Formats: sequence, C-alpha cells, structure tokens
Amino acid sequence: MKKKIILKDVYKSFGEGLRVLNGISLEIEDGESRIIVGRSGCGKSVLLKCLLGIMKIDGGDILVDGIGVGDKKRFPEYMRKFSILFQGNALFDSMTVLENVTFALGRTERDKSLRKLKAEEKLAAVGLEKRVFDLYPAEISGGMQKRAALARAIAVEPEILLFDEPTSGLDPVTGGVICNLLRDTVELLGVTSVTITHDLRVAEFLSDKVSVLNEGNVVWTGHTREMETCGNEFVKNFHRASNVISKVRRN
Amino acid sequence: MIGSLATLGRYTVATLAEVGHVFIFSVKGLRSCFIPPFYFREIIRQMKVIGFYSVPIVGLTAIFAGMVLALQTHVGFTRFDAGDAVASVVVISITRELGPVFAGLMVAGRVSSSVAAEIGSMRVSEQIDALTVLGVNPFKFLIAPRIITGILTLPLLVLVADVIGVMGGFLVSVTMLNFSTGAYISQTLHAMQSIDVISGLVKAAAFGFCITTLGCYHGFYSDLGARGVGNATTAAVVFSCITILVFNYLLTALFFGA
Ligand SMILES: Nc1ncnc2c1ncn2[C@@H]1O[C@H](COP(=O)(O)OP(=O)(O)O)[C@@H](O)[C@H]1O
Ligand SMILES: [Mg+2]
Repeated sequence: MKKKIILKDVYKSFGEGLRVLNGISLEIEDGESRIIVGRSGCGKSVLLKCLLGIMKIDGGDILVDGIGVGDKKRFPEYMRKFSILFQGNALFDSMTVLENVTFALGRTERDKSLRKLKAEEKLAAVGLEKRVFDLYPAEISGGMQKRAALARAIAVEPEILLFDEPTSGLDPVTGGVICNLLRDTVELLGVTSVTITHDLRVAEFLSDKVSVLNEGNVVWTGHTREMETCGNEFVKNFHRASNVISKVRRN
Repeated sequence: MIGSLATLGRYTVATLAEVGHVFIFSVKGLRSCFIPPFYFREIIRQMKVIGFYSVPIVGLTAIFAGMVLALQTHVGFTRFDAGDAVASVVVISITRELGPVFAGLMVAGRVSSSVAAEIGSMRVSEQIDALTVLGVNPFKFLIAPRIITGILTLPLLVLVADVIGVMGGFLVSVTMLNFSTGAYISQTLHAMQSIDVISGLVKAAAFGFCITTLGCYHGFYSDLGARGVGNATTAAVVFSCITILVFNYLLTALFFGA
C-alpha cells in the first residue's frame, strides 16, 4: 500500500521546558483509518496541528503524498488535502449553520450559486433537518453542532479527515450516534482518516489499528485486541484503566 | 542592586519586544487592507457593529462635553472680562480636541474590548485555525475588515461628536447664559476654521486604526482559556487608550506645533 502520511522524527516544544513531541515517527497508509490514543494533555491535539501545518514543528519532517509541510510553494496544495473536525467544533459563531458550510465551500467550489445547494446537500447527508439550517451554532445542541461541523469538514472534499476527540462533551448515546456517522462517512468517501481520542471504546469502534502516544512518542502500534497481551507496560496499563472505567460506568 | 537592575532590564527588553511585535502586526494588518480578496460582507457587518452602534454613546459624551465646556468657559472667562468668547472656545476645543479624544476614548472602551474578546474567543475555540484550514487568511478575513472600518468610521463618529458637542454648548449658552441665538451662531461660524475640523478628522482616523489594530492584536495572541481572553480584553482597552493620548499629542504637535 502507498504511504499517505509520513512523520519523521518530529519535535515540538513550547517555551523552554515543555517538550510535547519528542522525535515522533508515524506512517499512515492511503485509505487507512488510524486511531491515536494517549492520556489527556500528552500532545495529541498538538500532533494534529503540526500535521495540518498550522503549528510549526521544531525539527523532523512531515510528508503527505510526498509534499513536505514546510514547502511554502506547495502549502496551499498540502492544506487542501485536509479537513478537520475540531474538538470544540470550531463553527464560526457569527454565521448560521448553512452559512458555515457555504463559506467552507469557498475552498473548492468556484461557482457561487452552487455553493448553497451543495451545502444543503451536505447538511442533509449528516442528518440535519432543514429547520436548523438558519440557526446559529450557539442555538443548537452539542450533537447537532458536531454534525454541522462534520458537514463543513466533508464539504471541501478532503483526502484526509482528521477527528480531534470526536465524542468529547457528548452524552454516551449521542457519542455513539456520532461515532457511527463518522465511520459511515469515512467508508462512504473512502478517505484516509486519523482520529485522536483518549477513549478506547471509541478507538475500538472506529478502527482496529491504533497507535499509543506517551511522552511525546509512539510507544506501540497494533490491533486494539492485542493491547491486553502486548509487551508494553504503559499500553497494558492504559487498557486496563479504561476497562476499569467502563466497568464502573456499567455498575 | 544588580538584581533590580536586571529586572528593570528584563522589563525594558520585554516592552520593546512587545512594541516591535505590535508594530509588525499593524504593518501586516494595514497591508492586508489593500490586498484582495476583500470580504465586503464582513466590512459592512463591522461598520454596523463598530460604527453605527457607537453613535449613541459618542453623541451622549459629546453633548455633555459641550455643555460643561460652555459653563466652565463662561465662569472662567468672565473673570477677565472675556465671557463673550464662549462660542469660539467651544467650537475650537470641540473640533480640535474634545470631539476626537472623547469619541476615541469612548470607542476604545466599547470597540477594542469587544474586538479583542471576539477574536480572542475565536482563537480559543479554534475558529482561527478552522479559517486557516479552509484556506482563508485570518488577516484578510478578521483583521483587515476591522481596521478598514476603524479608519473609515471614526472620522464620521467624530463629525457627529463635533456637531452634537457644539450644539450642547449652544443649548447651555442660550438657555442659561443669556446669549442670543443669532450672535452665538454667527460667532461660532466666524471662529471655526477648516483646519480645526480637518485636524480632528485626521486624528480620528489614526485613533480608529489604533483602536481596531490593538483590539485585533490582543485578541489574536490571546492566551488560551477564559482568563486569557479576559486579560486580552483589558490589555486592548488600556493600551488603545494610552496610544490615543500619545498619538493625540503627536498629531497636535504636527498640525499646530511651532
Ligand atoms: N499553543 C500552546 N502554547 C503552549 N502550550 C501548549 C499550546 N498548545 C498545547 N500546549 C501544551 O501542550 C500539551 C499538549 O496539549 P494537547 O495536544 O492539547 O493535549 P491533548 O493530548 O489532550 O490534546 C499540554 O501540556 C498543553 O499545555
Ligand atoms: Mg486535545
């Protein structure tokens, strides 16, 4: 399989002391759905932002289809490959739901009159009703915001979809529905996807290939089923801890 | 001793670095006002929010400034038999100084805070990142429309302040200080020169630039979290007020000095 995303020894620090990414290397194949898990604050969001090129890396290299993240000339082309569902949705709050998607279509659709039509199509595809199209993001529920943000993300026809903690802030039922929607969307579009989460149940549901992040590095990559039996102590503990939480929740 | 010198040095260096940072930001902001694409809908929205909604508070400030100015001038100037000069003093003070400075400070309080808070919360909620991912330059979409609006609307607001301020002086003079309507008006028109008004409008454009640029700057580089946005808002207001007073002096010296 062709490699879509390659990270080579990527470093990123904030200020003097805080080294968040510590020489991380990662390869993701074309069409793959990769999950990256790790504890809160371990640098998952930073990793996504570095991959997107909206945060500068201190060292190493990131290649997507052979284009380097630091290649100024080809950066627009690099950026056009991506779309991201931000952790807090990041819907523009001065625009209605429909306007959010229409605005995003400015990236791909030259014909202005088609934008609105396409936007309505995308919003319907993620299961939003017509009555919310003209509401502002602050006026709709968290689940609907997630759907609207997903509609905006897929509207620009990306090759790679990034999901940053897609279920955080949602109740378990809505979280499950959103997970289903994400999986179906990725399958339907046939895109490469990278999902970051601290929730192993989300990981298990969305894909079977998972990379575990700890102390600024990938410590293990493999199948979610193999986490219990693998040789890495951190991974085993992480898996055990999430099982404990699930059991506590079930009781 | 050495320790306090070192602290002083560190603060000086940090302040200079900040000033340089702001300067680079304003140059970038100003340049993006002239390079397409232009987001006209954003500019119009900002004109409404920044310009139109500021009319009441600017008008209210101006009318009281004009009224108190007439009273004080009358009291002060009668002490050396120049009580008649109220109309001239009011129109010159309002158009040259009080109109632009009061309007500038009021708009600084209202607008630079809201600009900093809005852009700061867009930073915190990753909306600025979302713009970048969509291939939209945040400088052109967020910052240029606000700067353009500041430069264009502040002079209009000051013009409103001028008219209302002079009216305030007129009302007090005619109703309380026994001036005749005709005499007051003719003295006002006689005393007023176009350079007074023009210098005031030039100042206003400069203030509009400072207010919106500093609001954008503090919001754009806001620290994450609600506290970061709060600090950005405060800093925006404090620094735009100080900058207004400094620029006011510099521009006055430029127009009327020597
Ligand atoms: N812009 C920033 N400036 C300074 N520190 C940051 C910044 N963004 C993230 N960090 C720090 O980097 C670390 C990782 O953050 P993040 O990637 O958001 O964690 P998570 O894995 O929960 O998504 C945290 O300690 C955070 O404080
Ligand atoms: Mg995160």
